[in-house]
Amino acid sequence: MKLPILKYLAIATFSLFVFSCNNDDNMNQMTTDFSGTFVQKDQMGRPAVNTVFVSSASKNTFNTTVPSQQGAAFQSMFQTNLMGLSPAFANAVDKNALGLDAASFTRLLATDVLNVSLDGKTTFFDGTNVLTGRALADDVITVELLLIFGGEDFSENPTLSNDNVDANDKPFLTSFPYLASPW
Amino acid sequence: MKKTKILAVTIFSAIIGLVAIAADHIDAPATQGTSADITDFYAFQGEDTNNLVFVANIQGLLSPTATASATFDENVLVEFNIDTNNDNIEDLVIQAIPRDGKMYFFGPSAPASPGLNSFVNVSATKSEVAITPYGSNAIVATQNNMKFFAGPRDDPFFMDFAQYGAILAGNAPGFNNPGADTFAGSNVLSIVVEVPKSSIGGSGTINTWVEAKAKQ
Repeated sequence: MKLPILKYLAIATFSLFVFSCNNDDNMNQMTTDFSGTFVQKDQMGRPAVNTVFVSSASKNTFNTTVPSQQGAAFQSMFQTNLMGLSPAFANAVDKNALGLDAASFTRLLATDVLNVSLDGKTTFFDGTNVLTGRALADDVITVELLLIFGGEDFSENPTLSNDNVDANDKPFLTSFPYLASPW
Repeated sequence: MKKTKILAVTIFSAIIGLVAIAADHIDAPATQGTSADITDFYAFQGEDTNNLVFVANIQGLLSPTATASATFDENVLVEFNIDTNNDNIEDLVIQAIPRDGKMYFFGPSAPASPGLNSFVNVSATKSEVAITPYGSNAIVATQNNMKFFAGPRDDPFFMDFAQYGAILAGNAPGFNNPGADTFAGSNVLSIVVEVPKSSIGGSGTINTWVEAKAKQ
C-alpha cells in the first residue's frame, strides 16, 4: 500500500472516530474519568447522633468507623455521655418512653444507621410508628430531645425536651424533588 | 467578595461557632466546612408508594448570597449505603459523583467490597442529571425507572440550634417558646434519588446511611 492511501485511510478513520464521539453522550463515556480510590470522610445515619453523643476527640473516628463496628467501639461512650447530659437517665432504673434504659438506648443509637420500612409509612416517630424512616417534615430534634430528656412518659424536663421549632421555614413539595426551592 | 456576602458569611459562621450540633451539620473537625461535610440524610416513601426516596445534603448553612457560587466537588463521591439483611454492612450502594455540570449516578449495585474505600462502579446502571443552577427551576431526570436531582435547595432541617448551644454552655435554663429556627433562610446542596423499592430489597426493613468519600 502506498503512503498517500495510508494517510487518507488514517484521516478517514480519525474523522469517523471524532464524528461518532461528538455524536451525543458517547463523548462522555469515552472521556469522563471516574477512576481512583475514594476514602471515607463523613457518614450519617440518624440525625444528630455524632454531634450529641460522640465526645469531641472521637468525632472523626466515629465518621470513619463502619456501622457494623460502631456499637462495640462507641456504646459505652454514648452511655456515659447520655447519663451525663440528661437528668432523665440519672438513675440506673431510668428509661425513656420507648422503654429503653441508658444501655439499651445507646446500643440502638451507637450503630448509626437509619432503619427504613419498605412496607408503609416512613417516619422517625409519629406517635405510633417508631424509626421506620425519616421524612422531611419529621420533627426529629424534638423526638430526640423527648427520648433523651423526657423520661418514661415524655413529662420530665419539659423545658429541655422541646425546642418549640416544629416545622420547616418553607413548605415541602408533594412531588419530586420534594425539597423546597432555595432562598 | 462583596461586603454583604462577607457579613452574611460572618453571621452564619458566628452562629455555627456557638456549638457543634445539628442533624449532622459540621459534626466533626475533619469535615467541618469542607465539600465532604454531610449535613443531613433522609429516606422516605415517595409520592408513588412503590418507590423510596433518598436525600443527601452537603455543605450546609449556605446564605443566599453564598449559594450561587457553591458547587459540588468533583473529588467527592457521595454514596448511599443499603443493608438488606440487617448486619449493618452494605449490600447495595447508589453512587453519585459530579463531572462538568452533571451529577452521575451508578447503581443500585453491590459494592466491589464494602467499607471505607470505594471505587466508582462504572459497570453498574448509569444515570445522570444536569446540576440545577441557583435561581433556575429544578431540573429532574427520569432514567432507568429512577428519578434524579442535584443542586441547591432550602435546608429542610429546622431547630433552635442557638438556644441549644446556650443551654449546653450553661447560659440558659431551657428552650424558648416559641423557639427560633436557626436554619431559616439557609440553603444546602442536595442530591435526591427516587428508586423502586423492588430494586433495594422489595419489602421488610433496610438499614441505610450515607457516606462522603474523597478521592485519594
